[in-house]
Amino acid sequence: MSTDKEVPYYMDPSFLRGLTQKRITRRTALQGAGAVSMAAFMAACGIGSKPATVAHTNWVWDKATKAGVLDFANWPLYIDTGTDSKGKTTYPSLEQFTKETGIKVNYSEPILDNNTYFAKAAPELLLGKSIGYDIIVVTNGIYLSNYMEQNWLTELDPSKLGNFNQNAAPRLLARGFDPGNKFTIPWQSGFTGIGYNPKLTGRDITSFNDLFDPKFAGKVGMFSETQDLGNLTLRGIGIKPETSTPSDWQKAADKLKAQRAAGIVRKYYDQSYIDALSKGDTWLSMAWSGDIFQTNLSAGNEDLKFVIPSEGGIIWTDNMTIPVGAAHPLDAITYMNWVYQPRVAATMAESIEYITPVPSAQQFIQQDAAAAKKADQPLLQQLAQSPLIFPSAETLANTSYYRVLANKDETNKWLDLFTSVVL
Amino acid sequence: MLLFFLLPIATLAITSLESGDFISGFDFTWNFGNYSRGFNLYSEQYLHAVEYGGSATIVALLVAYPAAYWIAFHAGPRKSSYLLAVLLPFFVSFVIRTLAWETILSDNGVLFGPLKSLNLLPNDFRVLATPVAVTGGLAYTFFPFMLLPVYASLEKIDRGLVEAAQDLFASKFEVFRRVIFPLSVPGVFAGVLLTGIPAVADYVNQDLLGGVGTTMVGRVIETQFEVNINYPLAAALAFVFMLGLLATLIIYQRIFGTEQIMGG
Repeated sequence: MSTDKEVPYYMDPSFLRGLTQKRITRRTALQGAGAVSMAAFMAACGIGSKPATVAHTNWVWDKATKAGVLDFANWPLYIDTGTDSKGKTTYPSLEQFTKETGIKVNYSEPILDNNTYFAKAAPELLLGKSIGYDIIVVTNGIYLSNYMEQNWLTELDPSKLGNFNQNAAPRLLARGFDPGNKFTIPWQSGFTGIGYNPKLTGRDITSFNDLFDPKFAGKVGMFSETQDLGNLTLRGIGIKPETSTPSDWQKAADKLKAQRAAGIVRKYYDQSYIDALSKGDTWLSMAWSGDIFQTNLSAGNEDLKFVIPSEGGIIWTDNMTIPVGAAHPLDAITYMNWVYQPRVAATMAESIEYITPVPSAQQFIQQDAAAAKKADQPLLQQLAQSPLIFPSAETLANTSYYRVLANKDETNKWLDLFTSVVL
Repeated sequence: MLLFFLLPIATLAITSLESGDFISGFDFTWNFGNYSRGFNLYSEQYLHAVEYGGSATIVALLVAYPAAYWIAFHAGPRKSSYLLAVLLPFFVSFVIRTLAWETILSDNGVLFGPLKSLNLLPNDFRVLATPVAVTGGLAYTFFPFMLLPVYASLEKIDRGLVEAAQDLFASKFEVFRRVIFPLSVPGVFAGVLLTGIPAVADYVNQDLLGGVGTTMVGRVIETQFEVNINYPLAAALAFVFMLGLLATLIIYQRIFGTEQIMGG
């Protein structure tokens, strides 16, 4: 974990990629679009029409056998790491998994953002070929729903997910884009809210409307990513995104346009918002929870704060999925279930610093803190107590997932409205 | 020519008339709506492209011409060293250099921080996230494309002509106005083309240095292509942009063109 933290953000592969393209990381993920065609998806699964005789999609579990190998594709810097005596990066939790189950993990980090990875995988999947991975991690939103609509994901067997059913945070079992977790199991989650520097704002930020305060004109950062932007604004004006209508979106877009016209917004930022916030170019900004935590850690101070506005915030989840044609599905689902042990989840959370899907991991981090060397103690204690890693039930209840955009018309309407705000 | 020019253009034109979406596929439907929609939504960004790209070209010319002139006529034997010194920074990727500017121009950065604490600048003064930063960034990015052709044409001028003018009692200004400048026009013409075209189409500078309302059409096209996956709309926007550029070039060539450049 120490190695990751000392890597400056500009060495992050996702950042380096951002030099030549719009900066995108797992956190910006959805890049604008969003179209979980829930109706089509549910129809495909047979939900809604005849719940009693649900047809399975890509059901492989009757014939699946253990292969002893797992090909796992993840995002960069998104798992616990260590360094061996030769200076090579190791993955302690994966080694532990191999020791316990005899399954060797070929771990790689080829996913830099959802849209390019989808574009890479789609041609293979379209031809019915395997993409060579048993697990890929996808954020909720348009690309996840694209995989679902095309039936490119393997339906999971709940009977093989005992740990998940027992230990997962309840919030993760009720998600509009995948009710019942038929295709996705959360890897980690994060919040979209407001990040600010109290020294510069001169007061604590609590409300979404603080982003509209003329006192902060030219010092407010907003996201250029339209899903986060639109959904957080909907919450901000008192509308639940999940049940919002296009006329609500119009209200949200109007609110944002007024904010822009009044000269309050400095810029619509991509991942670079965190840079602007830590340099003081912005005083308060839409922000992702994990970034604020990591920035304070790497700067060694507590300058920045993150708040979920009193009106409500947004939650997003990166999900483990088994693409269709995966060669080792049983090994994959074994791993997906394995990480839902609190002890394992704790080890990962100590490294990843996003919302762990296993709330009971908290006690293990506290134990680790007590047992750790003096130098490591404050960080672990901070982690164990952080509401950004172990959010309270009230906090979770005050957050929404993105509005599920049910069809092309809705998607286009959404994109037209909010893209015209940010460009 | 067919493979590398006409084919991509034809593909672009066809794509711009399609409708549909990424998942259910795009179909060719003579959908001219893409054009009207694109133009209605983003006419302001087209104007920005012309405005920032145009002023960046002028700024680059105003800086590059004197520099090239000085190197060509007054740098003596160290001409190539000076030329190298001017061009050296451009061996670094322009994105890295733009990011460096972003840091330098930061509201409380190395440049403005001290000035503000000395009260030489008002506290809310800023350059970053304004059109000035975008224009300056563009001028800086494409500076060598202006300098080199201008320098080349100045360097080529027969010094005998300059001496002849001086022998005929032309003042320094007269020499410049009637001999040197006219002979350097091909270089200026080429420099304006080489700077102006990429500057107008650029989408990186505004992303890193710009702010609200400084978006140029290049970034709109990029967003529609890469983020919204709306290929038809992006293609329509790009096609309009290309036609506009082509029309400007033809007019430009008619007015200022020289036979050397366009071959007649």
